[in-house]
Amino acid sequence: MDLIDFIIICIKVVLVFAATMLAVMGMIYAERRISAFIQNRLGPNRVGPKGLFQPLADGLKFLMKEDIIPTAVNKPLYLLAPAMLLIPALMTFAVIPFGSSLTLFGRQISLQVANINIGVLYILALTSVGVYGIVLAGWSSNSKYPLLGGLRSSAQLISYELSMGLAIVAIVLMTGSLRLNDIVSSQQGHLFSWYVFKQPLAFLIFLIAVYAETNRLPFDLAEAEQELVGGYHTEYSSMKFAMFFMAEYANMITAAAFTVTLFFGGWDIPFVDEAAMGNWGALLSGIAFILKTAFFLFLYIWVRWTFPRFRYDQLMNLGWKVMLPLALLNIFITGGILTIIS
Amino acid sequence: MTLSLLFYIISTLTIGSALLVVLNRNAVYSAVLLVFTFFNLSILYLLLEAYFLAVLEIIIYAGAIMVLFLFVIMLFNVGKEQVLPKIMSFQRAVSLFLLVIFFTGVSLFTIQGVQDLHQPAGSASIGNVTAIGEALFSKYLFPFEIASILLLVALIGTVYLAKRKI
Amino acid sequence: MATVVTSYEPTFWDKLYIPALFQGLMLTLKHMFKKKVTIQYPDEKHVPPEGYRGLHRLNKYPDGRIRCVACEMCAAACPAHCIHIVPGPSPWEEGKERYPVRFDIDLLRCIFCGFCEMACPEKAIELTEIYDFADYSREGLWIDKAGLLEIYELTKDKNFYDNSNEE
Repeated sequence: MDLIDFIIICIKVVLVFAATMLAVMGMIYAERRISAFIQNRLGPNRVGPKGLFQPLADGLKFLMKEDIIPTAVNKPLYLLAPAMLLIPALMTFAVIPFGSSLTLFGRQISLQVANINIGVLYILALTSVGVYGIVLAGWSSNSKYPLLGGLRSSAQLISYELSMGLAIVAIVLMTGSLRLNDIVSSQQGHLFSWYVFKQPLAFLIFLIAVYAETNRLPFDLAEAEQELVGGYHTEYSSMKFAMFFMAEYANMITAAAFTVTLFFGGWDIPFVDEAAMGNWGALLSGIAFILKTAFFLFLYIWVRWTFPRFRYDQLMNLGWKVMLPLALLNIFITGGILTIIS
Repeated sequence: MTLSLLFYIISTLTIGSALLVVLNRNAVYSAVLLVFTFFNLSILYLLLEAYFLAVLEIIIYAGAIMVLFLFVIMLFNVGKEQVLPKIMSFQRAVSLFLLVIFFTGVSLFTIQGVQDLHQPAGSASIGNVTAIGEALFSKYLFPFEIASILLLVALIGTVYLAKRKI
Repeated sequence: MATVVTSYEPTFWDKLYIPALFQGLMLTLKHMFKKKVTIQYPDEKHVPPEGYRGLHRLNKYPDGRIRCVACEMCAAACPAHCIHIVPGPSPWEEGKERYPVRFDIDLLRCIFCGFCEMACPEKAIELTEIYDFADYSREGLWIDKAGLLEIYELTKDKNFYDNSNEE
């Protein structure tokens, strides 16, 4: 690895980070506008053209707010918790391939920050670490509602992580690799080589588990405004509060990108050979990836404003008595079919 | 050279945070510090090029087990020291004895050892997913299955203890 | 008579919930493209319906004389005691002999019930459709005779908010 490679990696890191933050802002805008549209309202449309600068105004407002640290909190953990949530959320995107490779000045640049051989596990590891932010925020606030939110969230995340992991196992069995690039390249070709058509059950389980993992409705029991005030971030204010929200949206973006990578061919455009088209192919594949991810982000918002929240026992029943057996069954069937074929 | 330096930094952090886990009086702090220790351990695995083990360390220990520990600590709301039993002098003597044995052992190894501690030493495939899978399902199949049965027994036992009326 | 309650037994297809979930999603999607009900307030104003009870006004005869005869019926009817009238002899030669020297309404006390309007024998006091008259001070919400007559000029011809839309 020479200096230029190093510079390229640095540029990619900065680019992906900036893109994620920009997407977070876009998501905040989209969430507010789409929720308004679904409720026959207009939503924020005053700041800038069509209200596009609303997230900037929101951010400015958060910066200007007084940062209150309640007296009875456990200060070190209280201060640490938002960062513990945000950092894994921003780190996850590193292994997701967002386009085929680009050739610039005789150098092949793959559109991915880190092509590691255990990409799938890397994402699972970081999402499982993200719980600490929520749990510790809940505990260190020294208040009833955050504590309940934190407890709920930790139980929920552990329950659904299992089904999510098992749903991914089926994909890994079919690909024979934990590398996300291999998973994408094995889905190339025609439309039906996407795993969503080969593994519909795994896709369904994964999608539901991902909603639970990102604490989004219908699984947002950790926040549950009506019962827990604000859940784990009740006691937070100003920029720390904003960090929780940024982490939530960053998690959603990564989850959507991960869904696309695993089940919808990643940057693959069906019936098109991106590699043969050179740099234009890379650009098109990047656009395809963004469009697919955007659809799943839209689905997040759409689902949020359609379905009511689960009750806690319903959530646990669904996780342990429905999703887990189904995921195990799916692995069993996939393994059986793969053995018969080979 | 940089790897060596990284190794020493990380191992110092590991030992330091592990010591703090034990010496700390606040149960939640201990749990958080233990998570930090696991992270450092996984970086040590990364230095050994055992990527799979490194990630598993985080997924299983940091991501699942420690969350449950923290869950329990938070549920019982263990305060400072109140549940810690008085350390008896007998226990103290035994632990001191074990500590001395442990450190003599470690120092003997370090004095005799020639290689740098962090070297992969020709076992680069040890952290490989395929290698581990093959080893588990061929060479170590029996212990693997025994371990899973042990876990199952523990699981059933826990359920039985927790729920008398089944 | 006993009624036979037949409960709907969900089929397997129902228990899957996926078609129902899809139906729900389609419904919200349909709403996304419906006409929006938002009125963008400072730019476009809601036009209140006929009979809306907003800000008061004091009516005048076509020749400019004030209709009010300071009988204080409105003040008596007012449940909030927000109308304060000082009567005096009318300065005009013909017509009514009495007229209000002062006619003040404390809008902070007023509950906009419209009793004054009903009590008035001369159809002098009336509630208009004006609803956005917030002010920064308490004094600004104490409206006197001149103010009430001014409001009459503003609202006598047509709906106040229709007017502002045309401009």
